[in-house]
Amino acid sequence: MPKKPITFVLNGAERAAFADPGQNLLDFLRRGVGDLTPKYGCGQGGCGACTVLLDGEPVLACLTLAEAVEGRRVDTVAGLGGPAPHPLQEAFMAHFAAQCGYCTPGMLMSAKALLDRNPRPTREEVIEAISGNLCRCTGYEPIIAAILSAAASGARP
Amino acid sequence: MALHRGRGFAAVNYPIGMNLGGDPSQALVHANPDGKFTVTLSSIDLGQGMKSVVRQIAAETLGVPVEDVYVDTADSDTGPHCMGSFASRGTHRVGNAVIQAAQEARAILLEAAAEELEVDAADLVTDGEGNIHVRGTPARTITVMAAAQAAQFRQGRTIAGRGIFLIPLSDVDPETGEMTPVSCFAHAAMLVEVEVDDETGEVRVLDMKSAYEVGRALNPKLVEQQLRGGAWMGMSHALWETTEPCYPDRSHRPVDFTHYLMPGPGDLAPHHISILERPAPDGPYGGKGPGEMCANPVLPAVVNAIYDAVGVRIDELPATPEKILRALKAQGGARPKRRL
Ligand code: FES
Ligand code: FES
Repeated sequence: MPKKPITFVLNGAERAAFADPGQNLLDFLRRGVGDLTPKYGCGQGGCGACTVLLDGEPVLACLTLAEAVEGRRVDTVAGLGGPAPHPLQEAFMAHFAAQCGYCTPGMLMSAKALLDRNPRPTREEVIEAISGNLCRCTGYEPIIAAILSAAASGARP
Repeated sequence: MALHRGRGFAAVNYPIGMNLGGDPSQALVHANPDGKFTVTLSSIDLGQGMKSVVRQIAAETLGVPVEDVYVDTADSDTGPHCMGSFASRGTHRVGNAVIQAAQEARAILLEAAAEELEVDAADLVTDGEGNIHVRGTPARTITVMAAAQAAQFRQGRTIAGRGIFLIPLSDVDPETGEMTPVSCFAHAAMLVEVEVDDETGEVRVLDMKSAYEVGRALNPKLVEQQLRGGAWMGMSHALWETTEPCYPDRSHRPVDFTHYLMPGPGDLAPHHISILERPAPDGPYGGKGPGEMCANPVLPAVVNAIYDAVGVRIDELPATPEKILRALKAQGGARPKRRL
């Protein structure tokens, strides 16, 4: 089957690349487009390391067909922050919310989706928002604290 | 059905490093012409923070700002040998090797500076901010960068150092059976509170209180985070993680993260941590290693708490609902607060 051209908006800029038929969005972003920030953890929806935003909603890129993003907006960690880190990234650093860091891109995108729709979440809402993201290292507590503190700081570029 | 609460305690002596054929780590330190230093290692940072700690240790020993030290762990083909990052040995073994290498490099740095300032190297001190001056005469000064450049371009001198730290193989004395495999112990104690559901066999950890004795906490935030994340993993080992049993047979075993269970962010227990610092005589600036020890006390403490709550002794980990229900059935129901 021939490759299919996909045109979409990645982190605010229009992009076009070829996708293999049936290729998943994670593979497409990493190998077709060269955005290595979404991580491959399990490839089957179990870990959340590949979480990206599709039109602002968190999706598991490993379970999303590349073709599904045609004409739509995809956001990844590569688009977070500008010259300075995003407030969520600042908060993750301040709270030591990453050890090996493999879960961090997925955690950040899940957290961003939460704060975009609910700027002042409760602890329970934060837990709910990251419940699909596995972390082997931190014990989650510093991640929860970081997201709550980013929310409390109110900054939202 | 009823929910039963119990409390369990455990304490551990944790040996730092291991002793199977001796336990060495090596380090190389060299100055670059910009006056910054590279520490070359084969030791690996897998998220525990070894690079940060080694960077602090090298900067402290060299007498330069921590920003001026780069730690390169890129490749075990090009770095000096290390046994590896396990057995909580990184800070202790690698840190000591880095101190030795940095001392050698510092001595040559001071010789290079002495030649430029026309003084005796023994009279020179560093200010930790990138300058070297004559003791008591701060005006007679040279920057680390200028000294490194003089060494490189005028004196033809390498500012470099080699370090190794070795705990030699300890053989068993054939007469007494005695051996000394370990030179340094860390310690931990933990009190855990659980709630056991005698109908479902589920255990919920309600609270953890711990004290960890880690030598000097070289980077207190990293130590605290290691203990927090590690205790979570201990809880996971105590109650969740297993690939057994699988019914009706092994072909139904878990194969991915959706079957291999770990506690999620909704299963956390508050963990109150006290860090006790008793600098180790043979540790780098007194540091030991909080590494694996953070997980260890949780397992026996949880099992003891289950015994306190319902009177059953789980002697195979993890303490899954199935094992608890089977044990309760064999015992004829929950018997809270049995005494040993
Ligand atoms: S890689 Fe997509 S959920 Fe694990
Ligand atoms: S920091 Fe290692 S998996 Fe989360």
